Amino acid sequence: MSAFIRISDAVKTFGDPDSGGVRALDGVSLDVAKGEVVLVIGPSGSGKSTLLRVVNRLERLDSGEIWIGDDSVTARRADLRRIREDAGMVFQSFNLFAHMTILDNVSLAPRIVRKVPAAQAREAAARLLERVGLSDKLDRFPRQLSGGQQQRAAIARALAMNPKALLFDEPTSALDPEMIKEVLDVMTALAEDGMTMMVVSHEMGFARAAADRVVFMDRGRIVEQGTPEELFSDPREERTRDFIRHIL
Amino acid sequence: MKKNRAAAFSAGIPWWLVLLVGLGSISVGTALADESYRVIFGAVARGFGVTMTVAVVSYAASLFLGLLLGLARASRLRPLREASTFYIELVRGLPMLVILYYIAFVGAPALAGVLNALLAPLIGMGAIPAFQSRNFSFATRAVLALTLGYAAFIAEIFRAGIESVDKGQVEAAHALGMSHSQTMLRVVLPQATRNVLPALANEFVAIIKDSALVSVLGVQDITQIGKVYAASTFKFFETYNVVAFFYLCLTVSLSMLVRALERRLNKASSR
Repeated sequence: MSAFIRISDAVKTFGDPDSGGVRALDGVSLDVAKGEVVLVIGPSGSGKSTLLRVVNRLERLDSGEIWIGDDSVTARRADLRRIREDAGMVFQSFNLFAHMTILDNVSLAPRIVRKVPAAQAREAAARLLERVGLSDKLDRFPRQLSGGQQQRAAIARALAMNPKALLFDEPTSALDPEMIKEVLDVMTALAEDGMTMMVVSHEMGFARAAADRVVFMDRGRIVEQGTPEELFSDPREERTRDFIRHIL
Repeated sequence: MKKNRAAAFSAGIPWWLVLLVGLGSISVGTALADESYRVIFGAVARGFGVTMTVAVVSYAASLFLGLLLGLARASRLRPLREASTFYIELVRGLPMLVILYYIAFVGAPALAGVLNALLAPLIGMGAIPAFQSRNFSFATRAVLALTLGYAAFIAEIFRAGIESVDKGQVEAAHALGMSHSQTMLRVVLPQATRNVLPALANEFVAIIKDSALVSVLGVQDITQIGKVYAASTFKFFETYNVVAFFYLCLTVSLSMLVRALERRLNKASSR
């Protein structure tokens, strides 16, 4: 299987590198195949969120290269619009546009970025919202929905751009326990449909149900990776073992 | 029990408003009964249109200019940011009265000079006459001065509004492939404007009051007419009562509208 997202020797430092800035990514290489679901775990500050954010270039790398399919993410003249159409993102705090209805949230980007006619964009948005179980909430504003509903709407919004891959940055961390499942169910269904996914999350249930591979990061490096079974039941590295004991 | 209810009832009454409306009614009553008040009312009322025109035109223009300056202030481009900050700090550091004098007596001749230089070929051909400062009426100069002054305040309000929008909103828009200008126009500005609507409306109340400054240029607004009338009749007490009454009618009612607006916005966003 050929790699769809290729990250090679990625380095990203926050703050002034000369006076002990933080190396969020310290030479990370990772390939994600088409249709693969990769779960990224690790302690806070290990660089896992940064790893997602450099893939759609919300953050720029200091050095290293990233490709999504044939599109270079890191080239100086990279086509940002194309990259972000390729890889959609779902955020921990949902970030739905607060001044718009759910339907408008989902149909805005297709309309103004991809120039889809308004009626068509709305129709497509309604279909996507139905798919995530929100067909009765189209005219609601984000603040009128529960956290779980908001996150499902945010997933629909990302899907509306027909992305080839989705990046999930701790999608359930801001949710009450009873809402986590409804979001994970949507994500699992996407994984089963063959979506390429990079997911930063510590949800073991999701890992076992949907992840093809789990990557453990610490201090800006990939320490260990393997199938969920391998990593959770029989980690090779001491640091991985410590961490997994903590989250189980 | 009964006492509590009475206390709650009286706490709900805005006594300052009762007092104001009372005083207002008394003055209107006196005015209708008193011949000389009726005359003063009629005289000062002639300035009402000028006051409102100056306020509304300056406000509309300064909203537009202030929005541009506020956007420049929040821009990623350093020269834009620096230029707009320079302007805002300069203007906010000057008394409005000084800005008014400056525009009227330095700005207007300078503007005429610039226009003459730009249109020199046409003027040389005799197609149009050369500009002179007196081509710009004092009312125009006053509006220009208020606009330039208030644009600086309004720019700061817009900037605060832009900064009040959660950064996650911008990231989400970028992650969907929107450009910086699309993000600003479709996501940030609508929320920013909503957040600062009450502050913007308060600036309108302030500009109504500051429009009285144009009287120093002889523009025939409420204040100027009152000043001239009082000086010629020596009815200072009655005249300035009427002048104050006009301003209070405008400002108090508008302030109450702003408060109602604020309450509505708060209710809508906490729903």
